[in-house]
This record gives sequence, C-alpha cells and structure tokens, in this order.
Amino acid sequence: MNPIAMLAESWRAIIANRMRSFLTMLGMIIGVAAVVLMLAVGQGAQSAIDETISAMGSNLFIVLSGATTSGGQRMGLGTAPTLKMADAAAIADLPNIEAAAPVQPGTATTVYAGNNWSTSITGVTPDYLRVRNWSMATGFAFTDADVRGAARVALLGKTVVDNLFGDENPIGKTIRIKQSPFTVVGVLESKGQSLDGRDQDDVVIVPVTTAQRKLFGSQFPGSVKFIMVQATSAEAMPAVEKEMNVLLRARHRIADDADADFTVRNLSAMAEASASATRIMSYVLGAIASISLIVGGIGIMNIMLVSVTERTREIGIRIAIGARHRDILLQFLLEAITISLIGCLIGVGLGVGGAWAVQKLAGFPVLVTPDIVLLAFSVAAGVGIFFGFYPARRAALMNPIDALRYQ
Amino acid sequence: MNQVISVNQLGKDYATAAGTFVALKSVSLTIAQGEFVAIMGPSGSGKSTFMNLLGCLDYPTRGSYALDGVGVATLSSDALAALRNRVIGFVFQGFNLLPRLNARENVALPMLYKGASSAERARRADEMLVKVGLAGLGDRRPNQLSGGQQQRVAIARALCNAPRLILADEPTGNLDSHTSDEVMNLFTELNNTGITIVLVTHEPDIARYAKRLVRFKDGEMIYDGDPAGGLI
Ligand SMILES: Nc1ncnc2c1ncn2[C@@H]1O[C@H](COP(=O)(O)OP(=O)(O)O)[C@@H](O)[C@H]1O
Ligand SMILES: [Mg+2]
Repeated sequence: MNPIAMLAESWRAIIANRMRSFLTMLGMIIGVAAVVLMLAVGQGAQSAIDETISAMGSNLFIVLSGATTSGGQRMGLGTAPTLKMADAAAIADLPNIEAAAPVQPGTATTVYAGNNWSTSITGVTPDYLRVRNWSMATGFAFTDADVRGAARVALLGKTVVDNLFGDENPIGKTIRIKQSPFTVVGVLESKGQSLDGRDQDDVVIVPVTTAQRKLFGSQFPGSVKFIMVQATSAEAMPAVEKEMNVLLRARHRIADDADADFTVRNLSAMAEASASATRIMSYVLGAIASISLIVGGIGIMNIMLVSVTERTREIGIRIAIGARHRDILLQFLLEAITISLIGCLIGVGLGVGGAWAVQKLAGFPVLVTPDIVLLAFSVAAGVGIFFGFYPARRAALMNPIDALRYQ
Repeated sequence: MNQVISVNQLGKDYATAAGTFVALKSVSLTIAQGEFVAIMGPSGSGKSTFMNLLGCLDYPTRGSYALDGVGVATLSSDALAALRNRVIGFVFQGFNLLPRLNARENVALPMLYKGASSAERARRADEMLVKVGLAGLGDRRPNQLSGGQQQRVAIARALCNAPRLILADEPTGNLDSHTSDEVMNLFTELNNTGITIVLVTHEPDIARYAKRLVRFKDGEMIYDGDPAGGLI
C-alpha cells in the first residue's frame, strides 16, 4: 500500500470526525504554543543579556577604591579614595594586562542652549573606551594628550544628546558642565541598558584629569574612584587578580594580616553568573511548557484508543480483505502523527503570534529562532509517534474474526 | 481439475470457560475451480467456523488446508493477508461496508492493499459497480443504499481484485426473498465466468442455486453431493 493512499485514508478519518480531531489537537496546540512562547521569551532574555555582556567588554576587573571587607561585611565601598592614577599605571605594567583605565565619576547638570540635563560625568582615559568596547557613533574620542592637558572636551552618550540637542548635530558645539565650557568632540555608540537596568547612554565622558581638577576637585588630588582593568584572556584572569592584589598591597603598604583598602571584583565572572541564571530560567520555562506537550500527547493516545475501539469492525474488514499488520499500524499511526503535526503547526503559529504580542504589549524581549520551531515540530512528531504507537499497535494486532463480530 | 480448496481432516477447537469446545471435528473436502457449493446445517453446527478457516481468517487446531495449491498452515499472518487479498473475495451477512466511504471507495478498498494507483482503483471500482448492476451509484454512502444494493456493493468489493474464490457466509441472511434471488442470480453469473463460490445458507431456496451441497451437523460433514438429494 503506497504511503500517499495511506495518508489519504488517515486524513479521511480525521475529517470524518472533525470536532473530535480538533479537540484532540487542542492539547497539542496549547502545548506547542506554550513551548514556543516560553522558549522565545527565554531566548529573548538570553540574547538581551548576551548583548549587554558583550557591550560591557570582556575579561574585566573593577578595582574599587577605599573600603574593605571585615568579617565578610563590605563597608562603605568606594567612600575613601585610596586609589591613585599611579596605581592604574602600575597595574597596566603587570603581565597579561590589556589595559588599566582609572575612572573618576560624578554627577553634574549639563546645559546647552537653555536645555538642562542632569547626568553622570565620567572622567576616564582613552583606554577606558577600549576596555569597555565603546566606539564612537560620530566624531572622535579624546586622546592621551587631552588627558595630560586636562582639556575641556566631552563625549556624549546618546541619551544626553537627545536631551540637550534634539536633532541638532552636537559635534563641535560647546556645552556647560558646572558652568565650565566643554567642546563636544564625539558621540558614543548606544549601549542600551546595563545588567542592573541602568541607561548606559545617559553619560558624559571627559578626560580623567579634567574631572579631577575642574569638575570634582577633591581634597585628595590624583585619586580615582575605581580602575577598570582588562586582562588579555579569560585564562589569565585568576593570575591577574592575584598579582593586582599583591601589587596594590605593596604600593599601599598594607601588612599581610591587615584588611586591604581596595577591592578587586571580577566583573566578567559576575556577568557570566547572571547569564547562566538566565539560561537556567529559560530551560526551566521550556521544561514546564513541555509538560503540556506530554499532556497533549496523552490526549491523543486517549482519543486514538477510543477511535480504535470504535472502529474495531472497520479494522476487521480491512484485515479480512488483505490489510497487513503494517498497513493498519501505519494507518492509525499516521492519523496520530497528522493530528499532532497539524496541532503543532497551529501551535507554532499561536506561539509566534503570542511572542510577538508579548514583545509589543509588554515590551519584553522575545526571540523566535528557527531552532525553536524545528524543536517544537520534532517534539510534536515524536509525541505523535510515541503516543500513537500503542493504539495503532492494538489495532494492528486485532484478530479479524473477533473484530468482524464486534458490534 | 485444479483444486481451489483442499482440506484434509480439518478441525477447530475453541477454549471456553467450560473447557475445550470442539466446533469442527474432522472435515475432509476438495473444491475444484468453478464449483458452486452451498453449505447448510443447523445453527451452531460449525459452518462459520469452517468458512473462517477456508478464508484464512483463523488457524485450524488440526488437519491441513491448501488454498489454490498453497499450504497455509505455515504462512505468517501478513502472508495470509496477501493471499486473501489476491485469491479470496468475502461477502458477509451484514454487508460489512465502511459507513464513512462511498460505494466506489468501499469497492476499491481491497485494491488499496494491493498497491493500485488511485486512478486505477476508481476506474476498476466503477467497472465492478456496473457489473453488479449499480452503475452511477458510486458516490452514494452505504446508508443511502438499500440492503440489496449494499450487498451488491459488497460483492463488487469481493470482485475487484479478480479473485478465484468467493466465500459468502449467509449473504442473503439480511435480505428479503426477492432481493435474495437477485443476489443469487448475480452469484450464478459470476460462477458462470469461472469463479468458485462457496456460500453458507440455511434456506433451501438459496441452496438450490448451487451445484453442490454440503451439510454440517455438530461439527461434522454429514452430506456432500447433489443439492436435489440433500434438500428433501
Ligand atoms: N470464538 C469462539 N469461542 C468459543 N466458541 C465458539 C467461538 N466461535 C464459535 N463458537 C462455537 O462453535 C460452534 C460453531 O459455531 P459456528 O461455526 O459459528 O456455527 P454456525 O455458523 O454453523 O452457526 C457454536 O457452538 C459456537 O458457539
Ligand atoms: Mg454462522
């Protein structure tokens, strides 16, 4: 018996019992839609995190000035400025260091042509942009010479540009930060939200020396809040962490048994931890959704068993006139698979539509990849085969005489 | 002469709650190509049991059976299915048409398992419907046909794979006498084209259409010969 004819037979049975077939499909539809939606949400969150992490830069440490740990308790992190510009230079000379960028942040109100915008001002060296993988959308970054000369130049984040300039081109314009005039030399590439949900584009970047001397002049000249350090590779990170601790303890003359006046944090490890948490969340969502697929499969098995019993006489007739085991088996198996595949098709449609709606209405990042659809389809086909097999086998193994006598 | 059916000391026991029940004791019989045999006997005498064995729908407890020269005892159920499909046409008392399918599709069903193309099936099915006098009724479902018409559809289905043997267990059991005569005339026509027919009936009027009569009683064959002699 050829497969097309067999498919036609199965299709006829499905059509003959439209309502029942649809209700059977419903389990599958809901299951697949749930799986597609959950995986799309999971993947969306995953890719959002991955993007944030790659925007953050790789193999990163942050060395925080001040505070220390005592009895496991972090106290007033970064309050007392103990890190110096020279510390950053010393770290940069360690092996396996790509760059060490001192950072002096603060907040201030920026003004341009009557527009005010209060934002964070970050004083850095050009290395900072490299460490953070941050490139310019327009204009150019300032140079080491600008840092040496404490030039009044500024790079603006996209949010700041939007609020101060609107559609106007900011390059070459002069803004005021704490009354001092700064020339805008570049606009930063947009980075979006950080892992903790801050707008990373709401920032003005100036030379670190300018920040120290002209904006946030402190009683400790030459000190910085923190230093961003990039290792040359992920493998080098443990060694780099150790060497930085040794170096800074020596430079700060801290006794071996005393608490350090700085803290080294592995940012990349923290980011990786939150990425893997998201990964686990998306697996859990998918796993929960696949339970409904199994329930859908059991629904198919249930209906197929009823159908086989109801059609006992038909099966008897078919066997009597020459259907072999495999003909009957395949007929009922195809019926189950067809039902589950159609259910899957509708379910994928609903799932993709639902994912789209979630993105539009809730603003949640979702991502439907071909993998998800392929996975849903193969699982549905598998469910159809798995749960269709037992009823189909029952049909195929019927004794024709008993089946013909069945009322 | 070519033996379509050759049974030797064929017997069938059923396992029941009360123990083994001997439905068919030991029947030996040969039926040649082109014969028209009626089997009669009281209810419970083993006629259907015997027909099921002839139709390769059941395995005998003892004895041997060769269908169309092929010993069936050792064949697998799939091989038996193929044999049934090729050699035998079944006609049942209750017609046994599939209610979902129209007449044409019902007739074409055995060809499905032979692997015929759908065009070939439809063409052949219409041809068979013409042969049984149902030209133009191919699109009707069984519930849109009279009992006599349904049985003709069943006969057309039995004919579509050009079988050498038609087995009919009480084919007129559900029909009135006028319709029964029409169906029997059809069987006679088919027999005249060389198809071997074995049918079970308990009506002497039906048995009279046959050329040979076999009588059963209590699982044994008690008469085998001319219909006239057995129908007193
Ligand atoms: N599957 C079965 N199990 C037990 N007994 C059966 C079975 N089929 C038939 N019988 C018994 O075998 C005997 C012969 O049955 P059957 O061949 O159907 O008789 P007939 O067709 O001549 O009326 C009857 O007594 C019947 O009850
Ligand atoms: Mg009977």
